[in-house]
Amino acid sequence: MKELKVLAVVVFFTLITYWGVEPFAHSQMHKHVEGKDFKYEDLKPAPKGNAEAGKAKIAACAGCHGIKAAGMKAPMDAMASAAAYGVNPPDLSNVGAIYDTKFLVDLMQNPTHATKVKKFAMPPSASSAQDAADIAAYLKSIAPKEITPKEAFEAACGRCHAMRYAKWTQIGTIPKTKPNIKTGQDIELLKFKEKVAEYQDHLAKYMGKLPPDLSIIIRARSEHFLETFVEDPQSQLPGTAMPRVGLTKEGYEKVKEYLEEIGDPSKPKRAATGPWVLGFFVIFSILAYGWYKSQWKGLK
Amino acid sequence: MAHFDPNAKPFSNKWMNERLAVDTLKRVLSTEYWIPKNINFLWAMGMVLAATFGLLLISGIFLLMYYLPDTKQAFDSVNYTIMSEVGFGWLWRHIHGVAASVVFLIIYIHMLTGIYYGSYKKGRELIWISGMLLFVSFSAEAFSGYMLPWGQMSYWAGMVITNLFSLGSLELNGLVEWIRGDYVPGQAFLGRFFMLHVLLMPLIIIALIVFHFGTLRIPHVNNKDGEEIDFEAEAEKWKAGQRKESKVIPFNPVFLSKDVFVMGIYFIFFFYLVFYHFEFAMDPVNFDPADPLKTPAHIYPEWYFLWSYEILRPFSKDAGLIAFGFAQVIFFLLPFLDRSPNVAPANRRRPFRCWFWLLVIDMIALTILGKLPPVGVWNTLGTIFAWIFIILWVVLPFITKKEKLVGGNK
Repeated sequence: MKELKVLAVVVFFTLITYWGVEPFAHSQMHKHVEGKDFKYEDLKPAPKGNAEAGKAKIAACAGCHGIKAAGMKAPMDAMASAAAYGVNPPDLSNVGAIYDTKFLVDLMQNPTHATKVKKFAMPPSASSAQDAADIAAYLKSIAPKEITPKEAFEAACGRCHAMRYAKWTQIGTIPKTKPNIKTGQDIELLKFKEKVAEYQDHLAKYMGKLPPDLSIIIRARSEHFLETFVEDPQSQLPGTAMPRVGLTKEGYEKVKEYLEEIGDPSKPKRAATGPWVLGFFVIFSILAYGWYKSQWKGLK
Repeated sequence: MAHFDPNAKPFSNKWMNERLAVDTLKRVLSTEYWIPKNINFLWAMGMVLAATFGLLLISGIFLLMYYLPDTKQAFDSVNYTIMSEVGFGWLWRHIHGVAASVVFLIIYIHMLTGIYYGSYKKGRELIWISGMLLFVSFSAEAFSGYMLPWGQMSYWAGMVITNLFSLGSLELNGLVEWIRGDYVPGQAFLGRFFMLHVLLMPLIIIALIVFHFGTLRIPHVNNKDGEEIDFEAEAEKWKAGQRKESKVIPFNPVFLSKDVFVMGIYFIFFFYLVFYHFEFAMDPVNFDPADPLKTPAHIYPEWYFLWSYEILRPFSKDAGLIAFGFAQVIFFLLPFLDRSPNVAPANRRRPFRCWFWLLVIDMIALTILGKLPPVGVWNTLGTIFAWIFIILWVVLPFITKKEKLVGGNK
């Protein structure tokens, strides 16, 4: 049929244009970085750790880090830590659940090597690979089996990156406060904001700039970029101050799940609504075809 | 003096006819508005465009209820309020974004159909010119709308495009500042483009659509063979019941029945894009908030502006601007540059046939090159295709003047 041929020509040129401005142009604009599946093959294999021995050596960490799961409070609060180190050291309770063991062992011995950045707030803290492996084994033993995507995000990203669409700041969730009804002012909130600003000052000084808010980073970067960037920031942005964080594949999946939940909340709704709308137009077209055929009957 | 029957029931057919001539209106505008029978689905693109404009208008109205034209709040009002707090806000936004892109695809198909079948000649010049005015207005509407989310690409595209008004070596920086209302894009800039996008441009577009329909009325729609039809005689045949012999059909319901079917197929494609493939219309770069201190690595317009952007880019500053200006106005002149008396599809008009397909290929090549980084071989190719574009238009009057007369019928 002639009309289908015309349609084929239109579709052909449309697809060429699409291919050129989307997949092809983007392949030329961004360098290709091959993902390595979060295997960290540049790091040495870790010796087998002993959790009991690790427990005895944990004092090496507790000077800076809190471990809520073991009933240890952080020696300093977020603000004092940021003033001292530039950033608040994470609580270690969930570390065993999301980080790669090989990475943790290397990190404890040589932090700038593991994170691939020029300066890193944490000093070398384990004197031997065995010590580091023991501590890592201990952290694994106290970590929960399953953590939520939100916890994974907060542990891995949340002390440098805010996420305003989830009301998350680098020092925690924005508290629920009420303004004074007579003045309209919310002093408690203002105080919290002042603390955030102060923390961000220290952080920006330490990192060189304030790390970006991650609210909709899931739509601002391609899936492939995010994955390879988190796995090894230097591979995508050579010279970046962002440290390699050492997430396992599963740990990254959790973080991504949270980024998607906050940054692209309509995803499940799209999947639920799409078939109904398309179904409607398929039925619409079938009926319209019937009308068209009845109107054009006997015309040619 | 008009006669009003005092006994006519309010809002009855008679009552309405006496006051509004509804039967006459219906006849003139639809049941006896004659369209040639010899057409294909490309003749439905006009109604497809009207429907897409309708979608843009409706989705735009919903978005306007929550959008905040403030440089500090615009980004979050779009990306947070509309996308996560407003019920179905995401759907309206994705419809609006996809429709803004797809409407240009259909405009280009509609334009190229007009060029292919010679539908801009012999009394149809104003159809073409009003259509081109619509194209320009849609471009202004699209560009102003792109500023509104106040993302990185909004900001930097706004910077680059308003800079064009300094007109190269003339360095009219005062004019650029006057347009922006500031030294750089800021609150004044956003407020102005917001007004343009939601009021002035839509008003102009609606007026132009009415004008475009008006220009069709007397010369009538062209047909697949460019045949000159005596519409009155053919209409008489139809009215006498010779439906098969008549070369025309009424707009309503016969032409419309096919239009509606084509629209159905189009909407399947359109909503497939809305639900499953909207990324092409929503550039990731614009999901980073505007940052005057950080220029994106690649600044490029949306795909439908790329061909003219690529005519600007490969030349030096002033030559590029002249070439760009040429590309913007040259399509308007098509009815006068085509000197051939033939109204016939391009495949029957040598060498115009080659001219047409070269133009299509050249514009697609320019579109693709417009997005690629302007370095090395891409830059060379860009220069070549930009020159081909210019040369094609320069030679058009000469090749069409020599064209042999072809019959309207096969």
